[in-house]
Amino acid sequence: MAKRIDVSDLDIYYGNFKAVEGVNISIEPRSITALIGPSGCGKSTFLRSLNRMHEVVPGARIEGKVVIDGQDLYGSDVDPVDVRRQIGMVFQRPNPFPTMSIYDNVVAGVRLNSTKLKRAALDELVERSLRAANLWTEVKDRLDRPGAGLSGGQQQRLCIARAIAVEPEVLLMDEPCSALDPISTLAIEDLMTQLKERFTIVIVTHNMQQAARVSEFTGFFNLAGVGQPGRLVEFNPTEKIFSNPDQKSTEDYISGRFG
Amino acid sequence: MSTSTSPAPATTSAGPLGSISQHRRLPRFGAAGIFAVGAAAGIMLSAVTGFALVLAAIYAVVLGTAGLHVGSRLLEGRRTAADRLVTALVRIAFALAMVPLVWLVWTVVSKGTARLDGAFFNQSMFGIANEGGGAYHAIMGTLIITAVTAVISVPVGLLTAIYLVEYGHGKLPKAINLLVDVMTGIPSIVAGLFAYALFSLFFGPGVRLGIAGAVALSVLMTPVVVRSAEEVFKLVPNELREASYALGVPKWRTIVKVVIPTAIAGLGTGITLAIARVIGETAPLLVTVGITAVTNLDPFNGRIATLPVFAYYQLTRPGVPPEFAVDRAWTAAFILIILVMALNVVARLISRFFAPKTGR
Amino acid sequence: MTTTSAPPPQPEPKRRVGDRVFAGSAKGAGILILVVLAGVAVFLVTEAWPAFTASPADLAGGEGVLSYVAPLVFGTLLAAVIALLIATPLAVAIALFITYYVPRRLAAGLGYVVDLLAAIPSIVYGFWGIAALAPALVPFYGWAERNLGFIPFFAGPASATGRTMLTAGLVLAVMILPIISAISREVFSQAPLLHREAALALGATRWEMITMAVLPYGKSGIIGGAMLGLGRALGETLAIALVLSISGGISFNLISNTNPGTIAANIALQFPESTGLDVNTLIASGLVLFVITLAVNMLARWVVNRRADFSGAN
Repeated sequence: MAKRIDVSDLDIYYGNFKAVEGVNISIEPRSITALIGPSGCGKSTFLRSLNRMHEVVPGARIEGKVVIDGQDLYGSDVDPVDVRRQIGMVFQRPNPFPTMSIYDNVVAGVRLNSTKLKRAALDELVERSLRAANLWTEVKDRLDRPGAGLSGGQQQRLCIARAIAVEPEVLLMDEPCSALDPISTLAIEDLMTQLKERFTIVIVTHNMQQAARVSEFTGFFNLAGVGQPGRLVEFNPTEKIFSNPDQKSTEDYISGRFG
Repeated sequence: MSTSTSPAPATTSAGPLGSISQHRRLPRFGAAGIFAVGAAAGIMLSAVTGFALVLAAIYAVVLGTAGLHVGSRLLEGRRTAADRLVTALVRIAFALAMVPLVWLVWTVVSKGTARLDGAFFNQSMFGIANEGGGAYHAIMGTLIITAVTAVISVPVGLLTAIYLVEYGHGKLPKAINLLVDVMTGIPSIVAGLFAYALFSLFFGPGVRLGIAGAVALSVLMTPVVVRSAEEVFKLVPNELREASYALGVPKWRTIVKVVIPTAIAGLGTGITLAIARVIGETAPLLVTVGITAVTNLDPFNGRIATLPVFAYYQLTRPGVPPEFAVDRAWTAAFILIILVMALNVVARLISRFFAPKTGR
Repeated sequence: MTTTSAPPPQPEPKRRVGDRVFAGSAKGAGILILVVLAGVAVFLVTEAWPAFTASPADLAGGEGVLSYVAPLVFGTLLAAVIALLIATPLAVAIALFITYYVPRRLAAGLGYVVDLLAAIPSIVYGFWGIAALAPALVPFYGWAERNLGFIPFFAGPASATGRTMLTAGLVLAVMILPIISAISREVFSQAPLLHREAALALGATRWEMITMAVLPYGKSGIIGGAMLGLGRALGETLAIALVLSISGGISFNLISNTNPGTIAANIALQFPESTGLDVNTLIASGLVLFVITLAVNMLARWVVNRRADFSGAN
């Protein structure tokens, strides 16, 4: 069910401010694509434009095309809500719903969309999703406890379980490990390598080792200058980016000679 | 407290860095002692001029504070003395604010228990000339009108708050925001006049209806609901909304299923406090629903007695002999206070027990 | 910032029925508030209009609406100003006490106790004022007449019931105390920690820290809170109607039995028995009160909100 994403000539605006300019990228299915770059270079904005989450900010809009397996995400008859059901997202800080138990958090996407499922089917979905998120053994005895009571790393895996429970085709991850300790980070990275068997994963990260460890492809975003929109400077297989990048600025950034 | 915040170092060593200059500080009980001496002088002064409890307390506090200030000034210097004076003043201010609270509650309790009997709760004033009678009709009226008010204000207030927080961008929300502020400041009597004017258009002059009173109270309650709901909606982290959107949940379902449940404790507290704010309102009901001696439970038909208006008329038009009506008035005021305090307590309990659980 | 000259219009995103209905009803509720406020103004004007157009001789007092309302406006302002002068310093001191002089775990409880003053219904304040406070103040009024009688405010003759303008002002002061103190408390607690610690690090005492870092920051909050309190005091009805012994006219005498009425109290006292043009006259006075409180509250909000922009916290 993983799908490829083709982005062509994408500009993203907040009101009159152009945040990202001229992105052309083709994201391979069943792989992990990492987006790296300095803060404020538009990589998170770009990531959010892939499931139209950036539209939560009033005045945000795009020009250009985002196509998933031939379907235009921004077509005039496309409902952003439907887009987000197909393209899940995991955020920087773990954000389980505080009013819901672990169980309810996992099935939140199903329940909130008022899809009616039998109890047994829900149970099965919870176990499958939590197993896929490597969380099942840790929480199976306390599924009715509040999700907010878990540790940070567990919460983040719970959020991943919640995202994959709605069976999306693509999983977007916005710095999913930046609020976690190294052990939890490792757990999430392991999880990502397992998940890429089933999903197309795009991850934004500030941690270049993480990009090098988990991803097949890496895109480097940078600003052309102060107040300029962010651009995708280079997009290549991760190995090439980290050993022999095409662009001088990529090399500078990776080797720490940035700025 | 004031003496222990920054005690001077007990020992100073004149090391290579030079010595820390030492201020003399009064020991902890020194300050209290000076105050006590001043206070004692004050009480003696009042005894000389003819003892009266209130006067003695005033003299004691004034002389005690003055004594502490002078003593501190002589022993500790000008700056510390000023600090001590202000510390004493803010404490006195707080104590002063407690005087009317305690005094008021005491007055109402001591006078209000006279008619705290069964008849008061299950009889109306129908056919009562002096002794006996009760406020059953008024209590029911207050409950009915408050309920109707809540039925009007809560949905309007919540929806407006949702509009301001979740959909609020542009000129219209800004205008509404301002007008909610304006509405908060409408004097209650003006709200009453508005409802009277509105209903007299349809029913002719001199109209008195329960629903008119509820409309008047809604004008007062709605902005309170809007403001408190707005506050709690703003406290719901944006991350939760985003998490829900990212699951492909439409905005309205996100609000209904994620935002409102997360904010539910705060909403409950806010609404309860808003009800507490209007349940004791008298002026708007005086001009819109008036008073009657009989039990009327229909807010759409004629006058309804309400507890505050009942209390008002029993005190100001007691009849002859007055003591029976005056007793009824105080008991009504007592019940009113209990109602308001109970609502306040309930509001606190709601926020304590229904807040989302995050404990591990 | 990069700006584009003419962003092409994005097609209106498709929206679900549920979203449209929900957003629509939320917006409708907001608009209802607009309509109600406009309604308040319109209905008050409509119902007050006959009083303005009627021949003055037909009105109560016989000299037209303005001369009927003028002493009431005076009384309203006088009572409110007395309340404000008493309540503001007290409320600020209480706010300081709760924010900077008590241990943090006590602060919330004490704040709640002060807020209880705001919860008590105004009619109960009236009861307390007429039955407890007023009699208790009678000896003081006698003393004030004898010793301070040279000041016009205390000219006397001192009231034997205590139901004077000063008593009414005191009751109002207690009622608006929690409002002013709540807003002051809020701004005081928001005074930047950085400035406070900077002051303490310079060796300031607590009071010096407050004068250096808290009061300058909280000034507009105090002013705004005081004006909100003023707005409440202007519109207060039942407490005044019960406590004040009203005889009409204009007088600065604060301790006598002959006092000007206030607009709100006058309405409450007259309205139930009024018919015809008298009702219109009372509504006209209500309109005046509405305009006054509106102006005061708008000014207060403006002062309080301005703080957010110029607070130095950002």
